[in-house]
Amino acid sequence: MSFITYLVQGVSLGSVYAIIALGYTMVYGIAKMLNFAHGDVIMVGGFTCFTLSSSMGLPPIVGVLVSIVFCTILGVVIERVAYRPLREAASPLAVLITAIGVSYLLQNVALLIFGSNPKSFTSVVTIPAIKLFEGQVTISGEAIVTLICCVVIMIGLTLFINKTKGGQAMLAVSEDKGAAQLMGINVNGTIALTFAIGSGLAAIAGVLLCSTYPSLTPYTGSMPGIKAFVAAVFGGIGSIPGAMIGGILLGVIEIFGKAYISSQMADAIVFSVLIIVLLVKPTGIFGKKIQEKV
Amino acid sequence: MKKFNKIMSAALVASMVMVSMAGCGSSAETATEAPAAGTTAATEAAAETTAADGATIKIGGIGPITGPAADYGIAVQNGSQLAVDEINANGGINGVQIEYNFQDDVHDATTSVNAYNSLKDWGMQMLMGTVTSGPCQAVVEKTQEDNMFQLTPSGSSVECIKYDNAFRVCFSDPNQGIASADYIADNKLAEKVAIIYNSSDVYSSGITEKFTAEAGVKGLEIVSSEAFTADSATDFSVQLQKAQAAGADLVFLPIYYTEASIILTQANTMGYAPAFFGCDGLDGILGVENFDTALAEGVMLLTPFAADAKDDATVAFVTAYEEAYGKTPSQFAADAYDAIYIIKAAAEKAGVTADMSVSDICEAMKPAMLEVSVDGLTGAGMTWSADGEPSKAPKAVKITDGAYAAME
Amino acid sequence: MKAKMKCNKSTLSSMITIGMVVAAYVIIEILMKAGLVSSMLKGLLVPVCVYVLLAVSLNLTVGILGELSLGHAGFMCVGAFTSAFATKCLAEVIPSKGLCFFIAIVIGAAFAALFGFLIGIPVLRLNGDYLAIVTLAFGEIIKNLMNVIYLGKDSTGFHLSFKDSMSLGMGVDGVMLINGPQGISGTPNVSNFTIAFILIVLSLLIILNLIHSRDGRAIMAIRDNRIAAESVGINITKYKLMAFTISAAIAGVAGVLYSHNLAILQAKDFNYNMSILVLVFVVLGGIGNMRGSIVAAVILTLLPELLRGLSSYRMLIYAIVLIVIMLFNWAPKAIEFRKKHSLKNMLPKKASVKEEQ
Repeated sequence: MSFITYLVQGVSLGSVYAIIALGYTMVYGIAKMLNFAHGDVIMVGGFTCFTLSSSMGLPPIVGVLVSIVFCTILGVVIERVAYRPLREAASPLAVLITAIGVSYLLQNVALLIFGSNPKSFTSVVTIPAIKLFEGQVTISGEAIVTLICCVVIMIGLTLFINKTKGGQAMLAVSEDKGAAQLMGINVNGTIALTFAIGSGLAAIAGVLLCSTYPSLTPYTGSMPGIKAFVAAVFGGIGSIPGAMIGGILLGVIEIFGKAYISSQMADAIVFSVLIIVLLVKPTGIFGKKIQEKV
Repeated sequence: MKKFNKIMSAALVASMVMVSMAGCGSSAETATEAPAAGTTAATEAAAETTAADGATIKIGGIGPITGPAADYGIAVQNGSQLAVDEINANGGINGVQIEYNFQDDVHDATTSVNAYNSLKDWGMQMLMGTVTSGPCQAVVEKTQEDNMFQLTPSGSSVECIKYDNAFRVCFSDPNQGIASADYIADNKLAEKVAIIYNSSDVYSSGITEKFTAEAGVKGLEIVSSEAFTADSATDFSVQLQKAQAAGADLVFLPIYYTEASIILTQANTMGYAPAFFGCDGLDGILGVENFDTALAEGVMLLTPFAADAKDDATVAFVTAYEEAYGKTPSQFAADAYDAIYIIKAAAEKAGVTADMSVSDICEAMKPAMLEVSVDGLTGAGMTWSADGEPSKAPKAVKITDGAYAAME
Repeated sequence: MKAKMKCNKSTLSSMITIGMVVAAYVIIEILMKAGLVSSMLKGLLVPVCVYVLLAVSLNLTVGILGELSLGHAGFMCVGAFTSAFATKCLAEVIPSKGLCFFIAIVIGAAFAALFGFLIGIPVLRLNGDYLAIVTLAFGEIIKNLMNVIYLGKDSTGFHLSFKDSMSLGMGVDGVMLINGPQGISGTPNVSNFTIAFILIVLSLLIILNLIHSRDGRAIMAIRDNRIAAESVGINITKYKLMAFTISAAIAGVAGVLYSHNLAILQAKDFNYNMSILVLVFVVLGGIGNMRGSIVAAVILTLLPELLRGLSSYRMLIYAIVLIVIMLFNWAPKAIEFRKKHSLKNMLPKKASVKEEQ
């Protein structure tokens, strides 16, 4: 029975990682950049929703919607101001470092506005928990909503990318920016759209992360951000189903590692599994093998 | 390429020279930069016009005011500033005004030493810090080298005050671990105890170690002892699950309230309701913005300070603090407030004057610390032994109806 | 002909780099003798040197080998812990502090190199971002493992545990050497600016010699085109491992300096942010440009300290400065300038670029 409980907890944690990883993998797969500020956009999403629903007393749904809009705008602005000028830089690392700068910036702005005192986030989920096996296993409402959101977003993104013009443009840009431009695709616009979607997803992830683990500080987003990044790589960079599976697997491994091996070494276990997977399958679980041209 | 390098090397040399210069003559400007210095600056100005050069006693403070541990550092900064302003308004130490400067260390040992050195350049004569244990252990080496008097408000690990120039206001980690185990055993709060602790944190693992040892002596059965680390501090379901499966009727939480608030929420979601018992790190949980205090109902903690205590000193402090900073002070703020008054008491006993050297002050303060007895917010009649430890009794409180209530 | 010219130029360039370090050292020593150096700067000297060492060592991996490593703090961690442990054990046996520190440096470098080698074997098979994430993972694993090591010593010998200090079962005379998250405390502060300076010069000599040697050219050939390099018979694994191991060893030396500069050594300090910080130095100073790394490391280490007066706005300003410098440094015109210089095609056309400037 405890096995099932751990599995449920693992999936619950994993679905939070997965929903962050979905946003990560969009930006990572298409703009080909490690957006270290993604975790902090999640934090901004959490704070926006917190301010509106908990402090100002608006209904949670308003908070969620406003925070999605706010993060979308924020994502586009960050892309325009900090990343776009460096897109053609000689080294892809330039934009990575700027992303780190943006991450510090967001954390410190949040620290100045909201202070360092942790905030307790009121869950936006009102679905009651489900009890199975005569109450021995509890699945929280947050876990259910997160998992459903995750699946919906995954399907939505897959459809968007495969069925719409904008999505096809994204694919083209991710394959070859130059060629895409020659085909008349607005590369800047497409990448801006990617950031808009990625940041909007970050807002949803932020709200769900804080609903499940209700402690909100300016540094809330950074560690889940890293873990989600690992999950995205785990599943295969740029692969949308991969991000989801990677996230859930990561959560399950973390919980099982804690439960059955050592709670002190949970991180070491997670990262060891990642290394083993990558050594066996160097492009992640769902990664495409790109043939090198000589 | 070369041009670029030339510019860069010029910049390098320039910046180095700048630092050395800045270090030499910046005391005047840094003094006014201390935050919330409105009143201090005014009193300082007054003091400076009446008295000759160096007529203030310069006290430095170090703690994290940015970064993940900022909450503790800011509380200390605010609490100590409040005390400094009060003392200055009432005529200072031996009639000499205090000049106070608080520096950020981001909870990092190297930065803390940097902060210490920059305070030294400013002319610091006594150190009130550092806030967190790790950096404190690094800084105490330096204060010992310079023979500077150091009083840490909240550095609780044993090594923080291993030299005779260093003292502390809070309880030590071993002290808290033992006191908690004794309290639980003596009051028969539980027989089966589970522990959830932060293995990447000195404070938490230090308490856990002594608690476990003392629990064995007192006949408490520890049925599960599960750790988490700073990197995996989002989900505690496994730790709670194990505690529940092992049939623990009390969960000991020697951790800070940020994580504790998540643990309480998750335990509630799981439908697991043991008794929770914590140390002074849990103080502040009721101040978490928007926290549903019903979740903390029945949580017991050992803390030297309770913000809603009814004695005059506490009430006055809490009112002043809320007025100045808009939030309820935590135990860290109280420790820092006490620290400044302890320095004042010892300095008055030792007859410290503004023109004494760092080393002379330290030599005078060391014996004085052993003689003073201070009634502070965090304990009545606090006295110190030569090893720097305070003697005061921890108060156990229980959260009832969203407020602390004293326990017998 | 061309090769010869390049060689002369590169020798000159190396000499400038080392000359710059020596000049900085001499100036600071003179200022210190004259009593013009504040205690803050004095305290910063060794940390600055630690970051300089880290920056040049990471630049070897990122700039010369062309692989992104996000776990460099891990090697530093290994160097720091092994050397501090060695110092604590040797302190009783060897009375000379200098000799003891020398042995500690050798041990720290050796262990870091060993880890670099062992990690390098599997890791260097991967490419690009996957390699980066695996180095990140290794850095985190090292940190996590160091956090759970409890090692004590009593009259019966050493005791090791991965659980907690109680399970060591030591006698009454037991002393904790490595105490889990509390790390190693009480390491003597024997690092000083002169030793740090000598280590920087030595590391630079090793790296610059490597770059301009046959091996270095092979390494850069792999970076520029792995397949072409392989096809002309360059042993990819060997050269990659060589660069990676040397890089790890130098990071280990930085760790030794770090651990012997503070009385407290905790694994949590070697987190992923430290690796990122070092990467910032490398990218800001110019990928593959050792001089740039040194300057960037110095400036960015001093910057937050210089901003102390700004109090709580300190880190905010630091973030803004970082973004602005990056944009400024890599803006289109600068890109044009740098593209021709960056290691991807550094060799030709140095003169023509200058004219464009």
